[in-house]
Amino acid sequence: MAPRSLSGTAVGDTFGPVTIPVTREALVAYAHASGDHNRIHQDEDFAKSVGLPDVIAHGMWTMGASGAVVEQWAGDGGRVVEFGTRFTKPVVVPQDGAEVEVTGVVRSVDEETRRAVVDVTTTCGGEKVLGRCTAVVQLD
Amino acid sequence: MSVNAEFAGRTYPPSGPYAVDAASIAAFAAAIGSTDPVHTSTEAARAAGYRDVIAPPTFAVTLAQQCDRQLIEDPEAGIDFSRVVHGEQRFVHHRPITAGDTVLGTLTVDGVRAAGGHSMVTTRTELATTDGEPLCTSTSTIVVRGGE
Repeated sequence: MAPRSLSGTAVGDTFGPVTIPVTREALVAYAHASGDHNRIHQDEDFAKSVGLPDVIAHGMWTMGASGAVVEQWAGDGGRVVEFGTRFTKPVVVPQDGAEVEVTGVVRSVDEETRRAVVDVTTTCGGEKVLGRCTAVVQLD
Repeated sequence: MSVNAEFAGRTYPPSGPYAVDAASIAAFAAAIGSTDPVHTSTEAARAAGYRDVIAPPTFAVTLAQQCDRQLIEDPEAGIDFSRVVHGEQRFVHHRPITAGDTVLGTLTVDGVRAAGGHSMVTTRTELATTDGEPLCTSTSTIVVRGGE
């Protein structure tokens, strides 16, 4: 991959939608890779015992998976220099899995710093699960 | 029990050092579905100008959450971890976290506030190499749900 160029980037550019499946196995893998072993992300009975509808994805899995889509657009993961979000709704992951959908749109481009601000929208079942999700990409 | 508001403004001694290796970067990239070869191929990473494979943008949370334990596990703070949900997260990268880095994290409690029966705790972790090179500023807000 090559990093995205300033000349090839304009306000209003979009990417996605990219559909990402999420399974219970994926959440176990994320738990191991991240060290976050909270049982609400792995154990259905436990999740329900604390009032959740079912197992829910780690917010950081959802942010990470959304970030992977931004990385792809940026052409180099190291170019994603800022990334922030609110976690507004859980991604519920039933036994047979779920899907999230990620899209992005360029909000602004700064010619001086060669940085693009990208608004990221991540949904599950048609509902937004991240709020004010924004990335800053250092363009080439 | 509510979160101790007196913790706002507190900065902890650096925690770590945490050694970042290629295997943990690759496992994290796989777990979030990032296929960017800069996370898995030293050749690709070097071709892109990095010393070795680099971490995905959200990998820093694995280090920041280890630093957060100083606060979360402090009984005086009054944080019931079973009632914690992640409210917000933000990363500002100074340079990509790279395999071979040895990282220290300095935790500051930026704010503690009450909202609708819950407590919101905002922490900031400054991640830097043991040589003092800044890597990432990770800011996190957790929501500690109030008792029923």
